[in-house]
Amino acid sequence: MSANTVRETSANNSRAWQQVLLQYAGMALALIVLVTVFSIKSKTFFSAATFTTIANSIPDLTIVAVGMTFVLIVGGIDLSVGSVLALASSIFAILLIDWHWPLWGAGIIAVLCGGICGGINGFVSAQYRIPAFIVTLGMLEIARGGAYLVTNSETKYVGSSIEWATEPITNLAVSPAFLFSVLVVLAGQWMLHQTVLGRMTVAIGTNAETVRMSGIRTLPTLLSIYTLCGALCGIAALIQTSRLSTADPNSGAGLELAAIAACVIGGTSLRGGSGSVINTFFGVLIVSVLQSGLAQMGASDPMKRIVTGLVIIFAVLIDSLRSKQS
Amino acid sequence: MLTTHELTKDYATRAVDSVSLEFQPGEIHALLGANGAGKSTLCKMIAGLVRPTSGSMTLAGRSYSPRGKEEAERSGVQIVQQELNLVPSLSVAENLFLSILPHRWGVLRTRRLLENARQLLRDFGLHSIDPCDHVSELGVGERQMVEIAANLSRECRILILDEPTAALSLSETELLMQHLYDAKRKGVSILYISHRLDEVEQIADRISILRDGKLVGTWPQNTLSQSEMVSFMTYGKDRPEGSSTGVPTPQQPTEVERRDSHSPKKDGPLLIVHRVSRRPRVQSVSFEVAAGEILGIAGLVGSGRTELLRLIFGADRADQGEMEIRSTEPSANSTPRHGLAPLPRTPAHAVERGIVMISEDRKSDGLWLPQSIASNIAWSKFRGSFVELLRPFWSRHANSTAETFRRSLAIRCDNTQHICQALSGGNQQKVVLAKWLNRDGKVFLFDEPTRGIDAAAREIVYQVMRDLCQRGKGLVVVSSDLEELLKISHRIGVISNGRWMKDFQGPDFCREEIVAEMFEGYQNQGKAIVRKNEVLQ
Repeated sequence: MSANTVRETSANNSRAWQQVLLQYAGMALALIVLVTVFSIKSKTFFSAATFTTIANSIPDLTIVAVGMTFVLIVGGIDLSVGSVLALASSIFAILLIDWHWPLWGAGIIAVLCGGICGGINGFVSAQYRIPAFIVTLGMLEIARGGAYLVTNSETKYVGSSIEWATEPITNLAVSPAFLFSVLVVLAGQWMLHQTVLGRMTVAIGTNAETVRMSGIRTLPTLLSIYTLCGALCGIAALIQTSRLSTADPNSGAGLELAAIAACVIGGTSLRGGSGSVINTFFGVLIVSVLQSGLAQMGASDPMKRIVTGLVIIFAVLIDSLRSKQS
Repeated sequence: MLTTHELTKDYATRAVDSVSLEFQPGEIHALLGANGAGKSTLCKMIAGLVRPTSGSMTLAGRSYSPRGKEEAERSGVQIVQQELNLVPSLSVAENLFLSILPHRWGVLRTRRLLENARQLLRDFGLHSIDPCDHVSELGVGERQMVEIAANLSRECRILILDEPTAALSLSETELLMQHLYDAKRKGVSILYISHRLDEVEQIADRISILRDGKLVGTWPQNTLSQSEMVSFMTYGKDRPEGSSTGVPTPQQPTEVERRDSHSPKKDGPLLIVHRVSRRPRVQSVSFEVAAGEILGIAGLVGSGRTELLRLIFGADRADQGEMEIRSTEPSANSTPRHGLAPLPRTPAHAVERGIVMISEDRKSDGLWLPQSIASNIAWSKFRGSFVELLRPFWSRHANSTAETFRRSLAIRCDNTQHICQALSGGNQQKVVLAKWLNRDGKVFLFDEPTRGIDAAAREIVYQVMRDLCQRGKGLVVVSSDLEELLKISHRIGVISNGRWMKDFQGPDFCREEIVAEMFEGYQNQGKAIVRKNEVLQ
């Protein structure tokens, strides 16, 4: 019996692996097609410079999108990510410049601030059963107001003290921030599949009532997921501040929609229960390759937005057709 | 009127296998079969909900291949499914005429709508339902009746009813039968699925029996006895030698066996429930369960049985009530405490205290349907605490646990990575059982543990119950199937209209008395117009 079982399970495993690879293959293929098309259409596109620019411009969006993926899988939504990022960035700048805090201290406070905002989102929506859409919409306003309040509505120049984080490493062409964001993606994917938190996220997203009726508490998971999303916004805030050398209380407007777009392009369902962090990363890559490719082809900004919109709808359409088939 | 030619549908396995049938106008054609025989799939194909893999249909001489429910309805084929298709937030009237709402320039003509609805409900004999009520305020039986009324009111040549009486009270069933006769007289062809053989015997003109997706045969009603029906459903036409009567009696334990294996330990109660209320459905209910005892709870649908279990499990909040689980250790019993603990506030609290509940509706709150069997079983070990969330999830461990249960409960699947959605009702129920056996507890609450599952799975559920008993657990079983309760319970408590009426000590129960008690709570209120002897036959 045991030999048979082993063979069975290993067969299952390999089939499971094939399925997993197939999932990523679709997204990777789309990305390759996109890069090929742009390389043919524009002579300047296929160059190290283009890819370096793309790689160094996406870490903040990537990190926010990872948090958003978890929130969407658990069946929620977080509209406040952009504002929370602005708030964390503002607090970071104030502490660093006006209060002369050390870099690490200001950094930790900024991440904590993001985590607390997320935690409040999670607690209020889980404990009082208020839709996350409403709670995070409120937090969107609160955090934005907070950002204006602490900076007096002024853009703060931070200076060169943290520029190293987004400056390309010599001989490697990519920045530490990009490497860190890739690490966050891999850790996120691992967490989703190999930790209890990840599995509970899927369980709640699939059927919250079954979780409740199985005698499992949902509040700790929900609180953790929203806190995680907020804290990732805090980290993204540091990266963005580093990249722009300034803390702008207006920054991050529309970031929530960009992050959600990346998730849904990557196949995450807005109804919860399914999604993949790596595919979200592909979603971020596809959007940024699209934007930079269109720019190099000389497309105007309005045109870029129209095409991006079409791609989002097209991606979800393909996804729904595929799931209907199976 | 409607003919099917070699209709076939393949899912993972062949669900319906070249079924050729014909339905005549003005006939009630009953479709029988054990679970998984393909009745529902066949109906769905006729109603346009599922497209056949091969085969064809003709309706009134013309070729008929509906691409959707709407197209089928335009051809006059209506289906009433087990799952209800009403919009809970709309009124009864709006639901009744949802596809043909009367309007002028898009503005709803409310008065006309209400008049039509009132007329329809009156014609249908549903005097107690106000067309202005929201559907969410109705009971399950009333909703079912509204849905059937809505379907019958439309232009309809073929009416498919998939277990319409499962949620109905006896008076509602009676009403339904009258309307089916009326429809039949008007020439409507009715396709009727039911597990209640006596009902089928009573109303059907012809009976077709399916087994494993194949048609066993079609018989005029009066040529088939109930025992023959059961035999055909179980064995097809090749009745095995030896079972001369052809009735595969579910292995009923003999009287001696039952007493041996079913003797509860009599050292005080394990679970004490004291004056639990959630008005108006549950009114001040108290009872006790001993370790190793199966307490059956009998009652009519809507009598508050499910609500009572949900209160004990903390799924709903009670108005009042107390509860205690006594330790089975004798030392703890030696110091009797005054006053009981409050009821659990959430299912998580209940499980922590050792109460688990196998709920009535496995699809909505028992399983994670799109997930694998292994995941479904593994998740039950979790409590969702912060500390736990940081731990790694061992999928290999989950798989081996699931494998153990797959064997011991005979869950039919290729492997434990199989998605629960695709399992049959019986196998899904086994997964739910495995989930709770994996979690373990002291008191097991079963709500309709065998609803919609086949005989083999049923036996396994009973076996699990007997095992739990022997391990000293306390079991509370709610079931609509009185035969089932009589067979498995040590003691039967009757709940009627939200009140605990009486306990009956087994093993020799008096059916008449139990049934009488089930109706007792409704006396003087005129709610149950049903005559008792109809239940008793």
